[in-house]
Amino acid sequence: MTIQFKTETFRDDFTFSNSPEAIHRFPFPFDKDEYMYAVNIEQHMPGPVKSAFEFPIDIDEHYVSEMKDRALVLKQDPLRCQSLPHMITAEWDLLELLMESMAKNYPEHFTLTRDGDSWHWVNGPLGIDQKFTFGDTSTLPYPPMEYITRQCQGDFNLIDQRNDNLWMDAGIVTTQADWSLDFDIGMNFMEWHAPVPLAHDIGVFDRALKFLLNLQQGRPVRRLNWTMTINPRLDTSPENYHKWGVDRTTVTPENVGNKVHLRVELQALWRLPRSNAIVFSIRAYLIKMEELVTIPKWGRRFHRVLRDLKPELADYKGLTRYRQMTVDYLSKFDDGAPTSPGFFPD
Amino acid sequence: MSGGVEIPVRVVDVEQATQTVKRFRLAALSGEPLPSFSAGAHVVVTMDDNGRRMRNPYSLIDRADDGSTYRIGVLRTPNSRGGSKFMHERVNAGDQLVVTMPVNLFPIVRTGRKHLLVAGGIGITPIYAMANELRRRSASYEIHYAMRNEASGAFIDELRAAHGDRLKLYRDDMQEFVSVSQILPNQPLGTHLYVCGPEGMIDAILKGGRDAGWADENLHSERFLAPAGGEPFSVVLQRAGITAEVRSDQSLLEAIEEAGVDAPFLCRGGACGQCETAVVSCDGKLVHNDHFLTEEEHASGKKIMTCVSRLKGRELVLDL
Amino acid sequence: MSAIKSRPIYPGLKVDERAKRHLVAAEGEGALAVLEAFADAPDAWSRMTLLYTPGGSAPANHSETLQGRAPDAFHLHPTRQTLMTRLNALLDTATMGTRLYAAGVEGHIGEVVAAGLAHGVDHLSIRTEHRGSLARRVQCVHCKGFIDDVTISPVPCAHCGVPLFVRDHYSRRLAAFQGVSINAETPDEVPASEELYK
Ligand code: HEM
Ligand code: FES
Repeated sequence: MTIQFKTETFRDDFTFSNSPEAIHRFPFPFDKDEYMYAVNIEQHMPGPVKSAFEFPIDIDEHYVSEMKDRALVLKQDPLRCQSLPHMITAEWDLLELLMESMAKNYPEHFTLTRDGDSWHWVNGPLGIDQKFTFGDTSTLPYPPMEYITRQCQGDFNLIDQRNDNLWMDAGIVTTQADWSLDFDIGMNFMEWHAPVPLAHDIGVFDRALKFLLNLQQGRPVRRLNWTMTINPRLDTSPENYHKWGVDRTTVTPENVGNKVHLRVELQALWRLPRSNAIVFSIRAYLIKMEELVTIPKWGRRFHRVLRDLKPELADYKGLTRYRQMTVDYLSKFDDGAPTSPGFFPD
Repeated sequence: MSGGVEIPVRVVDVEQATQTVKRFRLAALSGEPLPSFSAGAHVVVTMDDNGRRMRNPYSLIDRADDGSTYRIGVLRTPNSRGGSKFMHERVNAGDQLVVTMPVNLFPIVRTGRKHLLVAGGIGITPIYAMANELRRRSASYEIHYAMRNEASGAFIDELRAAHGDRLKLYRDDMQEFVSVSQILPNQPLGTHLYVCGPEGMIDAILKGGRDAGWADENLHSERFLAPAGGEPFSVVLQRAGITAEVRSDQSLLEAIEEAGVDAPFLCRGGACGQCETAVVSCDGKLVHNDHFLTEEEHASGKKIMTCVSRLKGRELVLDL
Repeated sequence: MSAIKSRPIYPGLKVDERAKRHLVAAEGEGALAVLEAFADAPDAWSRMTLLYTPGGSAPANHSETLQGRAPDAFHLHPTRQTLMTRLNALLDTATMGTRLYAAGVEGHIGEVVAAGLAHGVDHLSIRTEHRGSLARRVQCVHCKGFIDDVTISPVPCAHCGVPLFVRDHYSRRLAAFQGVSINAETPDEVPASEELYK
C-alpha cells in the first residue's frame, strides 16, 4: 500500500490537517469516559489493519513534512539530539530496529539490503540512497541514532540500564510535550518523571520501573499518553516556550475547534539486543477538535474526560487557560448517550 | 518468566571441553540468524526428558559472526537432579531443544572506565562474552580466571589467543589463588569489578573489594537466577466451573487461557494490575512474584496476579 | 515546599572507614560538616586530601581549624572555580579506594558530583552534606546560561534577560535547577520576585 505524503507545516502558517483516513486511524487514548494515570502498559502486538498499531513503527501521511520540521528544529538547536559516549552500541541497535521495521512493513517506500556488515538503505520518500558499514560510524553522514531518526517519525530516547535503574542517556527530541532532553539527559527514571503530579504517590512509577527493568528482548510494550496543544505545533519545547506559550492566550469560542488539538503519544519500548538498552519511542499524533468530533463517540467521550479531569493534571498539562472554552465547545457534541467500551470508533 | 519468545534450536555439535564441561553449539531450527545478545546474557534452555520438562539458564558464550549459532557451556554437577546431567548424558548433535530470547542480569556497566573480570570454574562463560565485547570496544580490561588445574580450564586456549596477557590464570594445584590484595590496588577511578563463580569465591572477592574501599556500585556478581516456572498445581475456576492443571512450564494465566476462559491481562509482567484475581481458597502457599500488590495484600492471601504468581501446593480456587 | 523527586538527597557526610583515601571538597559552612563527620575518625585525617574554599555563604573562614586537624594534604582556594580546577586534576589520577565527599551549598555539591561523574564515579557512592545557604544554581532553559546563588523567583536570566520561574526540577549532570519563562503566556506582566531559597 502506497502512502500519499502531504506537504504541510507545523509552524508559522500551520497548514497541517488530517485526511478522513488519518482521522479514522487516530490513536484515540481513552477507553473510558474518565482519565487518571495508571500503569497502562500492554504488549506492542500488531493491531487492526490500517490502525496506528498495525506495525511496530507507524509511518503515515505526515511523514515527509514531519521530517522537514525535525530538520528545521535541529538546525536551530543541535542540543535536541544528544548521546552520551557509552550509548553508541545502543544507537546501532536502534538503527537496525528502525530500518528493519520500516523496510519490512513499508516495502514500497523503504528497502534494506544486508550483506554481513555491508548495508544498503534506500528511503524513497526522502530520496536517500545510502551504503554503509554497520558498526562503523564514519560511513554515515550522522551518528547512527541521528541518522535514522531524521528519517523516522517520533521522538526517541535510549535508556541505559545499570544499578537497577534506567538512565536516559541519549535521545532525539524535537516534537515533545514541554520537556527538555538537554536538561533531562543523564537522569534516572524517577528523576526525569519528577515533575509529574500525583502519579508518584499512587505508585505508578515504582511499578512501571520494576516492569521495565524486566523488559524482554522480542517482547516490546506500548502505552498511550496525551496532552493538548494550541495549533498543530510539533515543537512545543521548553526551550521555545517563551515563543509558543502565548498561543495559549489566542483561543476564542470562535476558533477553538480549529486551534485546539488533542495530542496523543503512542509510546513503545523495546529491549535492544547488543546493548541491553531500552528504546523509548514517543510518536505524537495531532487532531483538532473539529476533526475529532467527526467521530461521535470520541466527541462525547473527550468532552466528559476533559470536563472531569483533575485540576492537578490539567495544570501540569498546561490546559487550564483554555480548558473551559474547549469543554463548552465539545458539550455541543455530547448528547449524553452512553459510549461503548474501548478506544475504537463505533 | 512466562510467555517470553522461545526459539526452537538444533544442537549442531557437542564438544567435551574438559572432563566435566561440555560445550554445545546451537542453531535455530528455522535457519534464521539467532538474535544478537549483550555480553553477560543467558538463555533458558528447555529440555524434554520423556515428557518431563526441565528449564535451566545457561550464559551465552558467543554467537557466530553470521548469527547462525550460539554456544553455551554446561558443567556437570555431581548431584544434579536434572538439567546438567541430562545435557551431558542425553543431548547429542542433531537433537532439538528450545531456548528463550537472551536475558541479561549481569550486564557490563557501560559508563565504567576499566573492567576487572574475575571468573572461577564454569563462571567463565559470561566472563568470556564480556571479555570479547570489551576487546571489540577497545576498552580497558583484565581477566582473572581461577580453576582447579590447567586441564579443567575449559577456555584457556581460546582466551589466551584472543586476549594475550590480559588473561591471568590461577591454578589451585599450583597454589595460585586470586588475591584481591594483588588485583585491586592502583586501579583507576571508575573501574568496575565483575565476578562469577562458586559462591564462596564471589563472597570473598566482593568482601575484598569493600575492604579495599571500593564502592558497592562498582562491584558486580552474577545474581542467582530464579527458576523459571515452578511446581505444577491445580486451579479451580469457580464461576466457570472448570478445573485445570497448571504445568510447571506455564503460568497460571496461561493455564486459565488454555482452559478457554478469557481472563484479564495487559502487561503479563506483574506491573499493571489488570490480572488481579480474587482467591476463594487455596490448599498450599501462594507464591507472589508481582510488583503490583502491597505486602499486606500478599500476606492476606486474598488476591493473586495470575500473570506471574502461582501456588506451591495442591489446589487453588479462584473467583473466575 | 514539595518534595522534589529529581532533587538529590544529601544524607550527610559519613566516613567510609575502609577508604584508602578521603578526597574531601568543602565550601563555606561545609567545613563544619567535615569537622563533625571526621571527629570520630582521627586516623582518617592522615589519609585525607582536603580542598576548601571559604565561599560566598560562610560568615567565617574555617581554613585554620581545618588545617589544625592536619589532613595529609590541604588546598585552600579563593573561589569555587579554582577549587574545581584542582579537584578535577586530582580526580584524573585518583585510584579506586578513593572516596569522594562534598559539603557546602547545593551548587558546590552539584559541581563536585558532576566532576565525579565525569571521572566514572557513580553519584550514589559520593557522600554529600548540604550546609549554608539554600541558594540555587539555575540554568535558563531558553539560552542555557547558568546563574549562581539564586535566592529569588522569578529571577531575570543573567544572560538573555528572560524572567525565569525556578522549577522544582534538578539536573545532576548540569548541577542546576531549571529556569523557565514565567510570563510566556502573559508577556506584559512580570510577577514580583519573592525571596524563596535563602
Ligand atoms: C523508559 C521510558 C520512559 C521515558 C524516557 C519517559 C519519559 C517521560 C518524560 C520526559 C516525561 C515528561 C516529564 C516532565 O514533565 O518533565 C514523562 C511523563 C510521564 N510519564 Fe514517562 N517515560 C517513560 C516511561 C513511562 C512509563 C512506562 C510510564 C507508565 C506508567 C510513564 C508514565 C508517565 C506519565 C503518567 C507522565 C505524565 C504525562 C502527562 O500527564 O502528560 N512513563 N515521561
Ligand atoms: S497482566 Fe499486568 S499485572 Fe498481570
